[in-house]
Amino acid sequence: MNRRVVITGMGWVTPLGHDIESVWQRLLRGESGVAPITLFDARTFPTRFAAEVKDFDLWRFLGDRYAAHQTCSRNTGFALAAAEMAWRDAGLSERPDVPPDMIGVYLGGGEGPIDFANFVAAAIAGWDAEKRQLDAVRWAAVAQERLSAVREFEQNPNCAAGHLACRFNAQGPNFNTLTACAASTQALGEAAMLIRRGDADIMISGGAHSMIHPLGVTGFNRLTALSTRNDSCVTASRPFDRTRDGFVLGEGAGILILEEYESARRRGARILAEVLGYGSTADAFRVTDMHEDGRGATAAMRGALADAGLEPPDIDYISAHGTGTEENDKIETLAIRKVFGEYARKVPISSVKSMFGHLIAGAGAVELITCVLAIRDGVVPPTANYREPDPNCDLDYVPNEPRKANVRTCLSNSFGFGGQNDTLIIRAVA
Amino acid sequence: MSSRRVVITGLGPVTPLGIGASALWTALLERRNAVRRVQAFDPSRFRSQIGAEIDGLSIGDFVPKGYRKAAKIMARDIVLAVVAAHQAVSDAKLRTRCLLERGEAAGEPNLDSTRFGANIGAGLICAELAEVLRGASVDGQFSFAKWGTEGMNNLTPLWLLKFLPNMLACHVTIVHDAEGPSNTITCAEASSHLAIGEAFRTITRGAADVCICGGAESQDNPMALLRQEIGGRLSTRNDAPEQACRPLAADRDGTVISEGGGLVILEALEHAQRRGARIYAELVGFGAAHDAYVAAQPGVPHPEGRGTAVALRKALRDAGIGPEQVGLVASFACGLREHDLAEARALQGVFGAHAGQVPVMNIKAGLGNCGAGSGAIDFIAAVLAVHHGAIPPALNSRPPDPACGPLNVVTAGPRDAAIEYAVSPAYAHAGAQNAALVIKRFRA
Repeated sequence: MNRRVVITGMGWVTPLGHDIESVWQRLLRGESGVAPITLFDARTFPTRFAAEVKDFDLWRFLGDRYAAHQTCSRNTGFALAAAEMAWRDAGLSERPDVPPDMIGVYLGGGEGPIDFANFVAAAIAGWDAEKRQLDAVRWAAVAQERLSAVREFEQNPNCAAGHLACRFNAQGPNFNTLTACAASTQALGEAAMLIRRGDADIMISGGAHSMIHPLGVTGFNRLTALSTRNDSCVTASRPFDRTRDGFVLGEGAGILILEEYESARRRGARILAEVLGYGSTADAFRVTDMHEDGRGATAAMRGALADAGLEPPDIDYISAHGTGTEENDKIETLAIRKVFGEYARKVPISSVKSMFGHLIAGAGAVELITCVLAIRDGVVPPTANYREPDPNCDLDYVPNEPRKANVRTCLSNSFGFGGQNDTLIIRAVA
Repeated sequence: MSSRRVVITGLGPVTPLGIGASALWTALLERRNAVRRVQAFDPSRFRSQIGAEIDGLSIGDFVPKGYRKAAKIMARDIVLAVVAAHQAVSDAKLRTRCLLERGEAAGEPNLDSTRFGANIGAGLICAELAEVLRGASVDGQFSFAKWGTEGMNNLTPLWLLKFLPNMLACHVTIVHDAEGPSNTITCAEASSHLAIGEAFRTITRGAADVCICGGAESQDNPMALLRQEIGGRLSTRNDAPEQACRPLAADRDGTVISEGGGLVILEALEHAQRRGARIYAELVGFGAAHDAYVAAQPGVPHPEGRGTAVALRKALRDAGIGPEQVGLVASFACGLREHDLAEARALQGVFGAHAGQVPVMNIKAGLGNCGAGSGAIDFIAAVLAVHHGAIPPALNSRPPDPACGPLNVVTAGPRDAAIEYAVSPAYAHAGAQNAALVIKRFRA
């Protein structure tokens, strides 16, 4: 018989703030975390705005433990802070009764932002314009001088998961997945599978990422994936709206504590929700485009429903991937219609990316936290900035105003570049 | 469904010692060594100027004709994975889209694409940018203004997709139409093992029937070499490349860069039997762990190899066996001072009095360390050792390091050995993730 997996703690660092309650209230009011980019000089970029994390001070979260983690990258700092919050929220002590090798970490952690100025200096010095190739000797002379061993080390995508293991003495399974925008939903799903299987009793799971750096914005601008609404950036993230023109980059972290149900109950933990179903698929179609029939997205949702033993009408709320790109929102809508049939028009669907922006590898985790809060408070967060209906997106996106609803069961979607699709289903525990 | 047996039916190594299972196995038995002065670029400014490289790969030989143009957006790491996938799928005689379109298989697909998963380990792929960055410089200094207005426009629109780690799995799943559960693990040297272990669990719980899994990485570029060098992990025996990588030896002074990896086909036993597949071995145990150790310097392992020991114990427990039943340890050591020692300490701790007896295989001396791909090559070699009943000799592992305690590292031979169980550990040099896999000789 399968072991049950429950959520007992949550923490996040987001463009709207760094604690669960105040950020949740801002989401319900439809506030936006988007503003002009301050992290680098983006004045000539096609996109000059993003949803940055503001006023973040890791020391405030770690206190005396700060020294052991002070060299970490920006995204790892977000993960550490969110994990501190989640661990405390779960009521876990410094020495929980669970053996250390049964406590694990599964993150959808992005790579750390590169050491841009020094990286660029080496690249410029190293380019042999006559031969049109990198002169490795000239490049290395500058790179050896300017690049830091610690900074390069901390940039590895597995380093955030390593820091969390050290902080919480988590000697159990330790994974990092980087499936682009689907990563933290995938991490949470796989973490739940580890607990179900008996490979761990507690998993610290979620994701963290920051791609608000020159190469990140360049990369997404070249893909024409970002909104370029520079003159009205606060309302630029418009999932499912006819005038949407791309997603808005966000950054931050979401961490949840997943626990085996009996073990959580034994320690008297407050149980926030149960992780009931997980589905993972690949489109196996194209590098850039989603399958036009929503093949992989449909299969991921159906897989999660089957895993949960539920039927479509059992779902009370869908937290959409809802990026605000032309393609995603159209195909996600199509896939929801295929999976949910007639019920698709009745189930409330929203995208908090309209307010948070897109946290990339961290997106799925902060979105799952909003699902837990929707269950707790019986209210569904809105899709902000929704003005003009799109005939291709004809479902109920909870426009602009939160909605009271008896939410017992939520489905959360994340789809990544490269055709990675992941769906999670959580449910209230009576 | 929860107790489905999982077998290994296809092996696709891509290594500097050969591409494909038989080429790799022959090279290992013949004690070949691929480490040489780096040729991909001029390494003369680096302290370590040696490595193992793969020559003459042409992506067109491994993908359907219509897919060749996609090579433009494949970093070297992705090319390695796509080649490995072709090798693994061919070896397993799976009739995937790629092989049918290439005319290398005939008939109908012999697997359900929605039950075909992919779980692939990847590294931090290095971005090539020097040309466009220099184009955006003014008087030798980078100019954001110039970058935004003209520099970035010189990048191909799909530039970012060349470097996303999940693009290994993306291309592999497209080429072979693997629509089942899919994941990309980025845990440096532990990636392949974690990916194979997760695929094992995916099949066991019934979410897929077949998975292609493993990992690949290329460190054969200046940026990767620099990262390893400033991390203090490379040998400087530039005058004797073939002797430079000395796993577990007393006089080891670091590893060497490499490129490669491998993908393997895991399959539910009944699925493999139904299609009459050749079965190399059975996968029976997986364990994962973390050092959870704050070192004085980043990248230093727990001195007793705590994470490796925990992963090994979990894997053995998962397999339902004791350490005395293990007939082969596929050592992950690659010539690093501290990590080799930590692994040896972990083996001493787990195997106790048996540690000096159990044969230890190590194939790194002729291959070096290719990051996220390393574990897959070790795993494949261990599967081949179980399958063929032979242990290829470790090169350069003498004189033994007394600090590592008694270890039966096989340096002569190849030695014939009937191996019932083999265990293969792996660990991230930076990040301290650990994993171990247990392979069993197949018996129906």
